[in-house]
Amino acid sequence: MSNSKNNAVIKYNRWGYIFLIPFATAYIIFQMIPLITTIYNSFFENYRDGLTIIGPNFIGLENYKTLLESGKLLTYAKNTLIMWVMGFVPQIVFSLLLAAWFSDPALRLKGQRFFKTVIYLPNLIMASAFSMLFFTLFSNVGPINSILVGTGILKESYQFFNHVWSTRALIAFMNFVMWFGNTTILLLAGMLGIDTSLYEAAEVDGANATQIFYRITLPLLKPILLYVMITSLIGGLQMFDVPQILTSGSGDPVGSSMTLIMYLNMHLYSKNYGLGGALSVLLFIITGILSLIIFKAMGYEKGVKK
Amino acid sequence: MKRMKVIASLALAATMLFGLVGCGGGADKAASSDSTDSAAATQEVSDEGKVLNIYCWNEEFKNRVTDHYSDYTETGSDLAEDDNGDVAGTVEGKIGDVKVVWHITPSKDNAYQNNLDEALLNQADASDDDKVDLFLVEADYALKYVDTDATMSVEDLGITDEDTKNQYQYTKDVMTDSNGVLKGLSWQGCPAALIYNRDVAKEVLGTEEPDEVQEYVKDWDTYRETAKKMKDAGYYMTATANDSYRVFSNNVTTPWVDADKNIQIDDNIATWVEMSKEMVDAKETTSEAMWEDQWKTGFYPEGKVFNYFGPAWLFNFSMGADDEGSVANSGRWGLCVGPQSFFWGGTWICGATGTDNAGLVGDIMKTMTCDETVLTEIVNDDDDFANNSVVMENFANDESYQSEILGGQNPNKIFCEGVKNIDLSNISSYDQGCNEKFQEAMKNYFDGNASYEEALEQFYDKVEATYPALSH
Repeated sequence: MSNSKNNAVIKYNRWGYIFLIPFATAYIIFQMIPLITTIYNSFFENYRDGLTIIGPNFIGLENYKTLLESGKLLTYAKNTLIMWVMGFVPQIVFSLLLAAWFSDPALRLKGQRFFKTVIYLPNLIMASAFSMLFFTLFSNVGPINSILVGTGILKESYQFFNHVWSTRALIAFMNFVMWFGNTTILLLAGMLGIDTSLYEAAEVDGANATQIFYRITLPLLKPILLYVMITSLIGGLQMFDVPQILTSGSGDPVGSSMTLIMYLNMHLYSKNYGLGGALSVLLFIITGILSLIIFKAMGYEKGVKK
Repeated sequence: MKRMKVIASLALAATMLFGLVGCGGGADKAASSDSTDSAAATQEVSDEGKVLNIYCWNEEFKNRVTDHYSDYTETGSDLAEDDNGDVAGTVEGKIGDVKVVWHITPSKDNAYQNNLDEALLNQADASDDDKVDLFLVEADYALKYVDTDATMSVEDLGITDEDTKNQYQYTKDVMTDSNGVLKGLSWQGCPAALIYNRDVAKEVLGTEEPDEVQEYVKDWDTYRETAKKMKDAGYYMTATANDSYRVFSNNVTTPWVDADKNIQIDDNIATWVEMSKEMVDAKETTSEAMWEDQWKTGFYPEGKVFNYFGPAWLFNFSMGADDEGSVANSGRWGLCVGPQSFFWGGTWICGATGTDNAGLVGDIMKTMTCDETVLTEIVNDDDDFANNSVVMENFANDESYQSEILGGQNPNKIFCEGVKNIDLSNISSYDQGCNEKFQEAMKNYFDGNASYEEALEQFYDKVEATYPALSH
C-alpha cells in the first residue's frame, strides 16, 4: 500500500524534471557552453591580422597579464561603476517613492494604470534609438542648445559631449529613465505582497507614514530590493548600447565614458577571442565579487534562515 | 533588467533564425528558376560558372554596371533601407546565362569587411556558385586584401599594361601589392580640391573667381591668414578641423605602420594636429566629427562656413544639392586647388582568387575601367571623375562641361591639375583604423580635455585594441 503510494509520488515528481528540460537545455547550450569556451579561449592567442588568422596558440595567463598591466581595465571599470551609480541612485529613490504612492490605499491615486504604463514605456524603446535621440537633442546644433541660447540662458551653445560630467550625466540619466519604470513595477509587486494587517496594526499603534515606511515597508521589501540591486548591478556592469551610440563608440571625452563592454567590443574588431575572453572572465569575476558584497551588506543569509 | 535582456536576446535570436530560413528558401527558389532560364539562353561564356557573386557596400557600382555594361540586366531585388539611408540585401541580375548576385552590406561598423572576410576565408570550401567572384574595396583598407592571395593579379584576368596606361598612377599605387603586382582597378579617380562658398569669398576676400581665391589659400600659411579674416568677419574657415585631415594624411612620407608593425606618426600628420589645435583655439573651426550635424551646417548659408575639402562626389552627392536653399542648390560653391592636392575616396574592383568566372570578371573590369567610350559616358551621365587621363583632359578643355553646383565652373581643369600630384606609395593595411582612431583621439586634445601626449596615448590604446598585431 505505502509502496505504491511512494511510486505514485516518484511518478508525479518526474513531471518536475520533464518541465525542467527546456530550461536546462537552453541553459546548457546558450549559457554553460559559451561560459566554458570563453574561459578556455582566454588562455590562447587567437586573432586576425587582416585576412591572416593568428593562433590559436596556448599562452597561459599572458592575456590576463596584458590586460591587468595596461591599467586600462581599472579606469573602464571605474567609469562603468560611476555611471551605474549615477543612474541607479535616482532610479531606486524614484521607484521607491512611486511604488509607495501607488501601493498606499489611503492616497486613492486616480489613473494608476495609465501612469504605470507611461513610466514603463521608455523601457520599450530600443536603447540605441533612445541614445540616437539624445545625441541629436543635445548636439551642438541641436534643439536643446537652440532653446538654451534662444531664451538667453546661455550665450553660446554648450558642447555636452565635450565635457566629462555632462556626458556621464546624460548616459546615467538615460539609464535612469529607461529603467525606473521597470524597478517601480518590481517594488510595487513587493509592496502589495506585504500583509495589510501589519499596516493597520501600525496605524492603530499611532505610527505615522514615515515610520510605517521605514519600519515596515522597507524591511519586508528586502528580498525584492536585493533582487533589484543585483540585477541592476549586473545590467550596469554590462552597460554598452547607450554610451556606445551616444559617443559613437569612442567613449570620449578622454575615454571617461568608455565602459568595460565597450572595451571588449574594441577587441572583437579583430576577432581577438583570446584577449576578449580574458576580459570577459575578469568581468565575470568582478560581477561575482560585487554581487557577494551586496548579498552580505543586505544580510540576506539571515533572512533566509528565518 | 537582466530578464528584459534575456527576453530581448531570445526574440532577436528567433528573428535571426527566421531570417536565415527565409534567405535559404529564397536562394533555392532563385537557383531553380535560373536553371530553367539557362536552358533557353545562349551566350559565349558557357564553360564558366553559373553564378557571379559580387560583394559591395552600396549601389554605386551596380548602377554603373546597369547603365554602362550593356549585357547586364537586373531581374530582382530585395534591398532594404535603414535610417541612415544605407541599403542592405541582395540584388539579382544576369549577364547572358550567368546569374549575377550582388551582396550589399553597408560599410558602417565594419559590417562590409566582416562579411567579406568570412566569405573570403571560406572561399576554398565554398561551392562554385557560392564563391566570391568580384568584390569592391576602398583605399583605406585596400592593402588588407591586395597584399594577400585573396585577390587576383589583373594580368591573370587578361588585362595588360597597355589597357591601363591612361589610368592615373595613384589609382594603381593603391592596388599594387608589396611585390609590385597590380591587383585591382578603378573606373573613377577622386582627386579633391578646396570647395569654397562664393558668397563668403566675395564678401570677405572681395572676389569669387577661382584663380583669385586660390591666391588666398595657396599654401598653409596663407590659408591660416585667410582663416583669421574669416573669423573676424564671423565665418568659420571649415566646419570641423577634420575637414583638412585628408589633405595632410594623403600626402604623408611614411606609412602609418612600418615593416615591424610599429605605429608611426608622420610629420605631416603632426603638422595637421598643430594647425588644427591653433585653429580650434582661435575658433576658426570646430572640433566636431565629420558627417555629423555641425559638419553639415555649412551646406546652408546660415552655417557660416567658408570652405570644405573634397572631390567631385562630395559636392555632387553629399552637400544637399537637392535641398532648396542650400548653397549647392543655388550654385554658389566654387572650386580651387587649395594649399595641397589630395584625393579622397574611390572604389576599386578586385577579382577574388578561386573565382569560377575569371573571364567574365576580367571583361567587366576591362569594360568598366579601360574602355574610353564607357568612361566618357560615365562622366557625362554620372558626374564621376573617370580614371583616364585622355578622357579627362578632353573634359577639362570642354567649355560646355559645366557644373551647376559650382556656378557654371568646369571642375575637371582643377582636378586634372591636382590628380597628377597625388602620390600614394605610403599606405598600410591598417590605415582605416588609424585614421579613424587618430581623429577621434585628437578631438580630446582640440577640446582641451587632454594634452597632445595623453591624446596620443589614447590613440595607441585604441588602435592596438583594434589591431592586436600592432605596437608602438
